[in-house]
Amino acid sequence: MPWDERYEAVIGLEIHAQLLTETKAFCGCSTKFGDSPNANVCPVCLGLPGVLPVPNRTMVEFAIRMGLATDCTIAPRSLFARKNYFYPDLPKGYQISQYEEPICTGGAITIRLPNGAQKRIGITRIHMEEDAGKSIHDRGNDTLVDLNRCGVPLIEIVSEPDMRSPREAYLFMTAIRQRVTYLGICDGNLEEGSLRCDANVSVRRVGDTAFGTKTEVKNLNSFRFVEKALEYEVNRQIGLLESGRRVVQETLLWDADREVCVPMRSKEEAHDYRYFPDPDLAPVLVDADWIARVKSELPEMPERRRDRYVRDFQLPEYDAEVLTTERPVAEYFDAVVGAMKSRTTETRKLASNWVMGDVLRVANEQHVTVSDIPVAPERLAAMIDLVIDGTISGKIAKEVFDIMMTDPDAPASIVRKRGLVQVSDTSAIEQVIDAILRSHAPQVEQYRAGKQQVFGFFVGETMKAMKGKANPAVVNEILRRKLAS
Amino acid sequence: MRDFDDIRRDLAAGTATVESITRDYLASIGRQSGLNAFLAVFSESAVEAAREVDRKRSNGTAGSLAGMVVSVKDVLAMKGERLTCGSKILDGFIAPYDATVIARLRAADAVLIGKCNMDEFAMGSSTEHSAFGRVHLPEDEARVPGGSSGGSAVAVSAGMSTASLGSDTGGSIRQPAAFTGVVGLKPTYGRVSRYGLVAFASSFDTIGPFASRVRDAAHVLQTIAGYDPYDATSSAVPVPEYASALTGEVKGLKIGIPREYFGPGLNDEIRSAVDAALRTLREHGAAVTEVSLPHTEYTIAAYYVLATAEASSNLARFDGTRYGFRAPEAAELNGLYVRSRTEGFGPEVQRRIMLGTYVLSAGYYDAYYRKAQKVRRLIAQDFDRVFAAVDCLLTPTTPTTAFRAGEKTDNPLAMYLSDIYTTSANLAGIPGISVPVGRDRRGLPIGVQILGKKFDESTILRVADVLESAHAQ
Repeated sequence: MPWDERYEAVIGLEIHAQLLTETKAFCGCSTKFGDSPNANVCPVCLGLPGVLPVPNRTMVEFAIRMGLATDCTIAPRSLFARKNYFYPDLPKGYQISQYEEPICTGGAITIRLPNGAQKRIGITRIHMEEDAGKSIHDRGNDTLVDLNRCGVPLIEIVSEPDMRSPREAYLFMTAIRQRVTYLGICDGNLEEGSLRCDANVSVRRVGDTAFGTKTEVKNLNSFRFVEKALEYEVNRQIGLLESGRRVVQETLLWDADREVCVPMRSKEEAHDYRYFPDPDLAPVLVDADWIARVKSELPEMPERRRDRYVRDFQLPEYDAEVLTTERPVAEYFDAVVGAMKSRTTETRKLASNWVMGDVLRVANEQHVTVSDIPVAPERLAAMIDLVIDGTISGKIAKEVFDIMMTDPDAPASIVRKRGLVQVSDTSAIEQVIDAILRSHAPQVEQYRAGKQQVFGFFVGETMKAMKGKANPAVVNEILRRKLAS
Repeated sequence: MRDFDDIRRDLAAGTATVESITRDYLASIGRQSGLNAFLAVFSESAVEAAREVDRKRSNGTAGSLAGMVVSVKDVLAMKGERLTCGSKILDGFIAPYDATVIARLRAADAVLIGKCNMDEFAMGSSTEHSAFGRVHLPEDEARVPGGSSGGSAVAVSAGMSTASLGSDTGGSIRQPAAFTGVVGLKPTYGRVSRYGLVAFASSFDTIGPFASRVRDAAHVLQTIAGYDPYDATSSAVPVPEYASALTGEVKGLKIGIPREYFGPGLNDEIRSAVDAALRTLREHGAAVTEVSLPHTEYTIAAYYVLATAEASSNLARFDGTRYGFRAPEAAELNGLYVRSRTEGFGPEVQRRIMLGTYVLSAGYYDAYYRKAQKVRRLIAQDFDRVFAAVDCLLTPTTPTTAFRAGEKTDNPLAMYLSDIYTTSANLAGIPGISVPVGRDRRGLPIGVQILGKKFDESTILRVADVLESAHAQ
């Protein structure tokens, strides 16, 4: 909902991304989601007396990946710190995080606004930390605690207050999700909490340079909520200012059911976390070789890919955008194009149509990523080749594609087996048939006199004339029509 | 006191078995239960373990510590055993895993005989701050054995185990070793894995041995030292052969005497004992020079800011929710925390948690924590500088001999100052050893301390061995 245009919003996001490591941040426990409560725990993540954390190298590597993919500076030496607070799902009484010396600082990513313009959103820092466990409050009077999640590695991505509307915040979050999934460091699944977002929001008169008083909105755990909650909060703040009141600095929770932001109880937010360097952990040292290796292994980022599709493949912007939104789709498309015999602007566009159309449709219907649909890119390429070389028509190709979903055979043999070779050129068949009918006038007479067996003779003659390539069904159909008239 | 050489001789001669030796120690523990040195005695499992070692001896597969009977401060996790840290707050807690040092002792066929009393969470210098009562000094039961590893020190000095593992965060091995007349070694920070040591102050905590002989301390250190993948602060520096460093030779060794360690407050008899030790070393051909560690006077202040800061965080896990003591009447979460911790922790632990919480608080961090970190660096640099010129330092271990129980319990600062000569080694991360060199006129033991370069335990063991040979009674 649009707001009073004399105001602008100032929004910064803090996004927590759960890392796709096999094991937890500081112990060897599995990070698997959905196991029975407290199955994936050990003395270390339970915070038993005497245990010590040992950092997971893959966590550090994933943080470096994200830092490089967002143009951050990677600190050669960064520190783990303890964030101290008491809560039952935090067994040590502190969370291992990074505070004064995070691993990545000073980056940015570019988002595309709805009007097509690009906007750079600064990234203040990216740091590593461990997740807390889960408190379950809705089972009678008791609070239950599941520590499976406790110690799962996260990165927290902190943006500059560079966003000026909830839409921009939404686009930023989408861009972050796209990046972490492209990098293979997070599955981007908001429902399972793999990506969580808090926002700092303030408003000010357009033209003002000073920031207004900000509030923190927590629990923005879906793309839909991000925009809705921020719109609510921006309007609330403008309403306060317009009615001569002030914005109070506080922490709000988005209530998705009632669609309002509600203040957290002050007790829950009145924390002095007493951060200090974790004495159990040595500084994280990242040398130039490590950075260089991670850099060399980075996948092509979405916007570079998009540019390549437009520039090198002459694909329309829209196609390039759709194809690059998710890495598996782009990789599927690249594999199709790579396997096709003919690679021209036209044939690439044909491949794009197939991926954007039937491939994405099937993946959506089957709730799988495109790499898991029964039609591998190489088989799709082989089928598109058949279209290009005229073996089958575009219309038959749809039929072939559907058959390929259950028949693992090569497209060419499916086409052969099922007699799907091009029959759209009925005029060619008609020509052959006309010639045969002309040169066999007596037999035509016999047929028309009621001698039905002669029909088979005409079919045989036609097939012979067309070296077996004609579709018998079409031949039958044309013959029946011609003989009836 | 029966040392490991005696034991091995008896075992070799067939006049004893590991089982009979273990039973002797168990009997000794039983006779001296009034000293309150033990919180748990493994009467059955120790004998079983001893029999197993005897079996291994008979087929020639026994480990390097076969025949050594070791007690451990109850701050170390032993699988299946209670772990109290001298505190009520760990009531009923059974450790589900072995500390790395325990696993290494087991692997070397040491027999583990029991767990020793201590100041609660290793916070104290007299072993009076235990939820299970104070430990008595065998020489004079009205006096304290020092602390916080007082139980371990007495377990060795009173012949209740061949050696004992203690922990040293500000002097908690060396000071009680001096008070009880045994050898106590604090290794370099990172030399021995801390995995399974309940943390007091993580960047200071070290685990080390008490023994009646320097050589035995060297054997125990040999077994427990070395890199551990479960401790990210443990070091990969290779572990040398410590026993082979005990050559009896100190000729040409440069020994520094830090003048700041001989100021007012140092007991005259101790001063004389240190002088005597210096004479011994000179006679053996060592070169003795006076050196200066100019930031020594800030040691105690910096230590009590940093160690309590770390402790306030380390002890947060004892909150009454998952294990240990829970205040029975608490009705809501915050009340549960407050009441469990108020009733579960003793006054000294609460004092340090509050102090540490304060120095980390918003607005105070820079003035206290950050400044103390700077002081810590300066103190470490003091040592780096003198160790460029000398091989080790010789100092008194304590300013006084064992004091009377109750003498300092109402005056925390006086208590803290009893660690004035030991704490700087923890700030700098360097190794130190206390070795007995005599007794005062009351018959109370006197120890001297040798401080060494990082990872150079060999040199301080060598010097301590020479002093032991010359001054043992």
